[in-house]
Amino acid sequence: MDMHNKFIDINDVEMVFHTKKGSFHALRDINLTVQKGEFITLIGHSGCGKSTLLNLIAGLLKPSDGLLLCANREIAGPSPERSVVFQNHSLLPWLTCYENIFLGVERVFGATENRTQLRDRTRAALALVGLTAAETKRPNEISGGMKQRVGIARALAMEPKVLLMDEPFGALDALTRAHLQDELLKIVAKTESTVVMVTHDVDEAVLLSDRIVMMTNGPAATIGEILEVKLARPRERVALAQDAQYSEYRTAVLEFLYRKQAHPAKEAA
Amino acid sequence: MSAVMETMMNDKPAPATPTIAVAASATPAPAVKKVKAAKRNLPFAGWFMKVLPPLTGLAFLVLVWQIVAAKTGNFPTPLVTLQEAIKLFSDPFYRTGPNDQGIGWNVLASLQRVAIGFGLAAVVGIPLGFLIGRVHFLSGMFGPIISLLKPVSPLAWLPIGLLVFKSANPAAIWSIFICSIWPMIINTAVGVQRVPQDYMNVARVLNLSEWKILTKILFPSVLPYMLTGVRLAIGTAWLVIVAAEMLTGGVGIGFWVWDEWNNLNVPHIIIAIVVIGVVGLILEQLLVALAKAFTYEEVSS
Repeated sequence: MDMHNKFIDINDVEMVFHTKKGSFHALRDINLTVQKGEFITLIGHSGCGKSTLLNLIAGLLKPSDGLLLCANREIAGPSPERSVVFQNHSLLPWLTCYENIFLGVERVFGATENRTQLRDRTRAALALVGLTAAETKRPNEISGGMKQRVGIARALAMEPKVLLMDEPFGALDALTRAHLQDELLKIVAKTESTVVMVTHDVDEAVLLSDRIVMMTNGPAATIGEILEVKLARPRERVALAQDAQYSEYRTAVLEFLYRKQAHPAKEAA
Repeated sequence: MSAVMETMMNDKPAPATPTIAVAASATPAPAVKKVKAAKRNLPFAGWFMKVLPPLTGLAFLVLVWQIVAAKTGNFPTPLVTLQEAIKLFSDPFYRTGPNDQGIGWNVLASLQRVAIGFGLAAVVGIPLGFLIGRVHFLSGMFGPIISLLKPVSPLAWLPIGLLVFKSANPAAIWSIFICSIWPMIINTAVGVQRVPQDYMNVARVLNLSEWKILTKILFPSVLPYMLTGVRLAIGTAWLVIVAAEMLTGGVGIGFWVWDEWNNLNVPHIIIAIVVIGVVGLILEQLLVALAKAFTYEEVSS
């Protein structure tokens, strides 16, 4: 990999949680670099610390040891330049879709741009996810898929350097999920965003990723294997279903998850 | 259709229920007709089933009252009380002297005391609740004091009020202040502590200013808790004012009850009890409506 292209650089990161029940070693020896414009998914069984890793990149958590860099600067805390799409959308229920997005836009561009420009940015973000019509609706008036799209719009409207997504489609039904994955592919192609996404869905990982980061089971989880997905873009779900290469990638991930890292159900229980 | 559900759930035979059963088994065309007919009748039936139980309860109460009154002799019958009430409410705002005023003035005087004491408690208690909820040190500082003082009857504070303010009216307001402030502090603080972590994460990722966090996240998300505190406070305040006024005298519904006891005017005491109940109910319902308007769907985690 090109040494000058380390957009996100994770060096020897360890994560230990100190709780009342004692300390828990969540992550060990994490080393990963992400290039600009790359789409990375983190996959692994539940409890493998993939969300923890994402929160570390977001700056919501601080590593117990090691160093995380983004654009050559240490990640010291959360920042709009690394915006997060949360699993449960986390829209503020008392604000309309427009106001939810505007909140972030105002924070990032409020100092340099006038009211009209901020409004245009917010409208553009809504249009990007196809929700112009839902602008004045509150989150409880729209469907789960629409809420998640507003969450994505809110994250994208801040023009982040990195888009971090924590199982963004996990709570959605299969059809809505497929639809949003397709939309996300289009949006990312248009905006050339760098994306790190946590998922537990093998098909989602293969369909979306440039590289799939497969994590071993916790405690003290680490990166087991990294699979480079060299499928041409734009990717089309139906065509890929018959694609031999796609099946190979899919098999490789399944192999890792269910042979090499058998499900840790016993340990979890 | 909700009326249909209501009648069915009440599990009492309403006149419309058989119509529906017939409609369900009949051929499609007439069924539509009959359902339509049922729909037309049902809102009234539903309404009737809604008011019937409370009216029955009321009738039962009056009946028991009538029996007790007939057996004891020194207790007024419902009819006598009603006649007294009509006389009383025909002129609620007369004023012949400081200790002889209409029931309207007495209720208003009590409401005014509650409003002042309650308002002051809100002005002090809600910001204090925010601080206690947000600043860990303050919650450790005030927690034990609040736990110690909360179970104390507000009337125990009345002598302190009399001592400090040297007058009955501010002392009564002081009691209201004391009893209203605890639920407001505690509920606001709990609300602040229970702001979903998701919202706070959003605030952190968006890097919102402390002012934006307060106005866009904390305040709206604490509002339902705060309104619960306000509702609890107004309930207690209305309980306490009656007792406080019995002790302080002057004008007020509590004093009025005590005055009528000294006059041995039992019908007036019964009327006062009903009036106190109705006013308390109205206050409560107003705040419930307010709370409903400001309660939002939470993010499910």
